[in-house]
Amino acid sequence: MINTEISHSFKERLLITSRYTWPIAALVLLLVFNVLMDASFLNIHFDHGRFYGNPIDILHRSAPVALLAIGMTVVIATGGIDLSVGAVMAIAGAVCANLLVATDASLFTVLAIGIASGVLCGLINGGLVSYMGIQPIIATLLLMVTGRGIAQLLNDGQIVTFQHAGFSFLGSGTLLGIPVSIWLVLAVFSISQLLLRRTALGLFVEAVGCNASASRYLGINDRTVKLMAYMLTGFCAALAGMISAADIQGSDANNVGLWLELDAILAVVLGGAALSGGRFSIPLSLLGVLIIQTLNTTIMVSGMPSKLNLLIKAIAVVLVLLLQSDTFRKQISGLAGRWRHS
Amino acid sequence: MNIKTFTMMSLLLFSHSAMAETVVGFAQVGSESGWRTNFSNDMRDEATRRGITLKFADSQQQQANQIRAVRTFIAMRVDAIVVAPVVETGWTPILRQAQRSNIPVIILDRNIRADEDLYLTRIASDFVEEGVKAAEWLVDNVQGECRVVELQGTVGSTAAIDRGTGFNRVIDAHDRISIVRSQTAEFTRNRGKEVMENFLRAEDPRSICALWAHNDEMALGAIQAIREAGLRPGQDIRIISVDGIPDYFLAMANGVANVTVELDPHLGAPTYDVIQRYLSGDTDIPKLIRTTGDVFTQATAEEEYQRRTQ
Repeated sequence: MINTEISHSFKERLLITSRYTWPIAALVLLLVFNVLMDASFLNIHFDHGRFYGNPIDILHRSAPVALLAIGMTVVIATGGIDLSVGAVMAIAGAVCANLLVATDASLFTVLAIGIASGVLCGLINGGLVSYMGIQPIIATLLLMVTGRGIAQLLNDGQIVTFQHAGFSFLGSGTLLGIPVSIWLVLAVFSISQLLLRRTALGLFVEAVGCNASASRYLGINDRTVKLMAYMLTGFCAALAGMISAADIQGSDANNVGLWLELDAILAVVLGGAALSGGRFSIPLSLLGVLIIQTLNTTIMVSGMPSKLNLLIKAIAVVLVLLLQSDTFRKQISGLAGRWRHS
Repeated sequence: MNIKTFTMMSLLLFSHSAMAETVVGFAQVGSESGWRTNFSNDMRDEATRRGITLKFADSQQQQANQIRAVRTFIAMRVDAIVVAPVVETGWTPILRQAQRSNIPVIILDRNIRADEDLYLTRIASDFVEEGVKAAEWLVDNVQGECRVVELQGTVGSTAAIDRGTGFNRVIDAHDRISIVRSQTAEFTRNRGKEVMENFLRAEDPRSICALWAHNDEMALGAIQAIREAGLRPGQDIRIISVDGIPDYFLAMANGVANVTVELDPHLGAPTYDVIQRYLSGDTDIPKLIRTTGDVFTQATAEEEYQRRTQ
């Protein structure tokens, strides 16, 4: 009895390790490729009170998608999806930029209202999904389209630029030599990981994602769980939008966060989560984000013609997904075995 | 059409035949950007200057509104119709209608897909020439060897392809100038900053002498990246760009950008030139007329910024 239990937990641990193996392998492979191309790729140096180098850039640039991916992981785990995050980024950026330009509100007020606008968007999405029973992809598609329109309306169709040292700190400031955006991701990651893994919340989310009605009979309030998940993505998207606006000291409603919802979903999938809901892992999703951003940086520093960008990205993503596919790996090893025998 | 507009129109018709004044109908896309507003204002101002009556229709980015406006212009029997098309296709029927009424049509800015015989001419910006002018500034203003990094526009867009072609054509004749890095930043400020950061990482920042951006937005993003890397944009790295948006004039006034080639919003003069030539019996009009904007530098940036933001 004891024996089987031990072997069971051992197997389980092996399973978890293997979930990490392939995304990590993909990331390492990318980094090795970069180091071969440019030996100084991973160098970091300290200058003018902050760290410089490609690794820092990758982390800094991946911050918005990382935030989106944290929220997206939880929403996908509940069996939903949120297509509106890019538009919510635009709304939060526009709200903050206009407050900074038109009023002399304190930094705290601006940040609070910016975050509130994102949470409100999440509340609308979550309300439509859990209380109105609208399919997540449609419910959030509404805000994906109208949200950008709202942001453009706020900005009057122009790019609203601002000069505000405090707000810009979000995008280009540093703390202990490390960009603030990285600290923010770490903070949101730690808090959500604590809440989801050290309390029963994570189990609730997985239960709702696996089978919403079964978990309702178990006494889980599936509607509230879903609503909270969408509010979390709204919060994350607002923060991401504020970082992006602070970065360029302006709100570009037409372009900020454009198609980033797809990058966030891709990151979750690269992290091995199923779009059908249930099992989820935020660390794995963040690994997915790092793979995407390293790939972007690789393409940018490689000096290859721009027209090949999307092709290279697509091929690399397909390769990573194939690496993760058990069926594909079995087929390859089967093929290799047959070849060896003949 | 209600009675009021009808009476208005007949009055217009009457005054037109009585005074033999030129009446031009103009179906504009809308007012989605600062550039579009400048373009509309230029059409109005130039018409007033020449004593031409301009019938202006804001189509709010919808082709249906534009076609309705053109139909009204035909009913009004204007002397010429000017269209800045929202989209390329779907123009043949209405152009044929104008042709049957013997009213010449001039296409501005964006292209249309229709038989060339259906319109008088098309007047549009010459993107290649913009690239050429940007490169010529660099050739004239930078001595010695110059390593350039390029921020391209959206891959496949006419503006990106032609601006790149024009710029390369000029610098190819100068061995001392070369493009060392080139990557798309999709015409946006966020991407401009991000791609420039990577350029500064991949190359020795002190070895880069100039940045060539296919539009001002990307250049403005790149300026921030350069500044955050501890260099002086406009001095250590020259900033060369195209468009002429107010924010960029401000950057030039502050000394962090060097030069921009304006995307020409002054389409009024060439348009009315063509109309007046046609109405006086000149039939030798080319099917495509290219215009380019002027080159603006730090010298006039302050006053240009004031003029554009008043």
